[in-house]
Amino acid sequence: MTMEAVLVIDDFLLRALLGGIGVALVAGPFGAFVVWRRLAYFGDTLAHSSLLGVALGFLLHINLTLGVIIVCQLLALLLFFSQRQRQLAGDTMLGIFAHGALSLGLVTLAFMPDVRIDLMAYLFGDILAIGNSDLLWIYLGGGGALIALLWLWRPLLAITIHEDLARVEGVPVTRINGLFLALIALTVAVMMKVVGLLLVTSLLIIPAATARRFARNPEMMALLACLFGCASVAGGLYGSFQWDTPTGPSIVVAACILFALSYLVPVKR
Amino acid sequence: MTDTNSTLIQATDIYLELGGNVLLEAVSFAVRSGEIVTVIGPNGAGKTTLLRVALELLRPSAGTLYHRPQLTIGYMPQRLQLDPTFPLSVKRFLSFARKGCDATAFRTVLKETGADHVIDAAMQHLSGGELQRVLLSRALLRQPDLLVLDEPVQGVDVHGQVELYQLIGKIRDERNCGVLMVSHDLHLVMAATDRVLCLNRHICCSGTPAVVTSDPEYLKMYGHLALYQHDRTHHHDHGGCSCDR
Repeated sequence: MTMEAVLVIDDFLLRALLGGIGVALVAGPFGAFVVWRRLAYFGDTLAHSSLLGVALGFLLHINLTLGVIIVCQLLALLLFFSQRQRQLAGDTMLGIFAHGALSLGLVTLAFMPDVRIDLMAYLFGDILAIGNSDLLWIYLGGGGALIALLWLWRPLLAITIHEDLARVEGVPVTRINGLFLALIALTVAVMMKVVGLLLVTSLLIIPAATARRFARNPEMMALLACLFGCASVAGGLYGSFQWDTPTGPSIVVAACILFALSYLVPVKR
Repeated sequence: MTDTNSTLIQATDIYLELGGNVLLEAVSFAVRSGEIVTVIGPNGAGKTTLLRVALELLRPSAGTLYHRPQLTIGYMPQRLQLDPTFPLSVKRFLSFARKGCDATAFRTVLKETGADHVIDAAMQHLSGGELQRVLLSRALLRQPDLLVLDEPVQGVDVHGQVELYQLIGKIRDERNCGVLMVSHDLHLVMAATDRVLCLNRHICCSGTPAVVTSDPEYLKMYGHLALYQHDRTHHHDHGGCSCDR
């Protein structure tokens, strides 16, 4: 990037950067839990339901992000209760919900001939189209989710270590797990706009995985994940701007490069 | 806590049915302060299930479970499946036992269990014996009236097993807490136990180790393994303990 380009940052680029960094900051701590608790597929399932939320938004004439949040919350609730059944393995259930929700979303949108949406933008994100209201969703919704996560931090870590042990020690496990799922659903919904439903999980897990080697405690891993997430957003935006590549995937590629590079840094163990 | 012989936990006629399978049938037992009760039985006998009922993690289909009011339980689970990506030191792991514990408390309890050298180590780097001692330390940090231990010597070599059972006995003596534990092992555990429950969905037999080991039900279950009578005084003769396993 030339000096002039840095100095004369376009409005849309600034909003993209702000939105991307907001999402990366929220994704860091949540991503750490997704990695520790092996919830990657779970995040994917929630993200896949977003199109259904978009359809709902059009149908009810409400804000599309709100529509996505509602559908993600409903799905999280459904997943929460379906966890109690033991007939099917967890990943089979998630697979059914993920692909069922995605296809149902596409089919529903096809039934709405007046609605023309840029499917690619929903699948892979459209960070350059972020408006002020999107920024508000990211910072209020995401910020709220983050504050709630900090409030649940200690009991959530206890559950992550050993659920039964936490229960015996007086942690209200079921309630906290339910709240956590709702928060993840909210996070996924606000992240959708930036990287798209197919790539949401990558921004949760790749920075967290990169942070692992340098972290000595859970908090450090969460903070480093924020940092690596922000670096990926900045790098991806720069690359996208420079080489006219799609922005969402560019951010993910930047995150992957950081992950690979992290292995070149020696870490004392 | 002053009544040394008080009943900490009492299960009466517990039935448990899950998905059409009867897992526990008419199980009754009690643990009192200062008493070590060990549940033995073959794989699939419902030993861990019984502990989970005792801990109120599972609700029995029928029967009653009594916990003494304000009972504090220290629980040591069978395994800790920590994801390798979870950065957690021993000190931090212990801090979840209850709020308000400081580094001095961690060091004291780790000294008691003989694992104070690992206080700064990562949980994932512990050996089998160290892990069991750290798990036991977390249970002890709660100042429990009752210790519930699920296979406390798992992943520990025979020499370490003898030491761990001695440690559990010592903790009972010093803290006068009750101990309810599950064990796979027959001989080593007998030396460290006041009462044995022999479980195979129902309680086949129960009583002092001497009574149980001569019970026909027990002999039927364990055959030739059961013929050994453990000699309490020979703690370090682990060769003798292990030869017929």
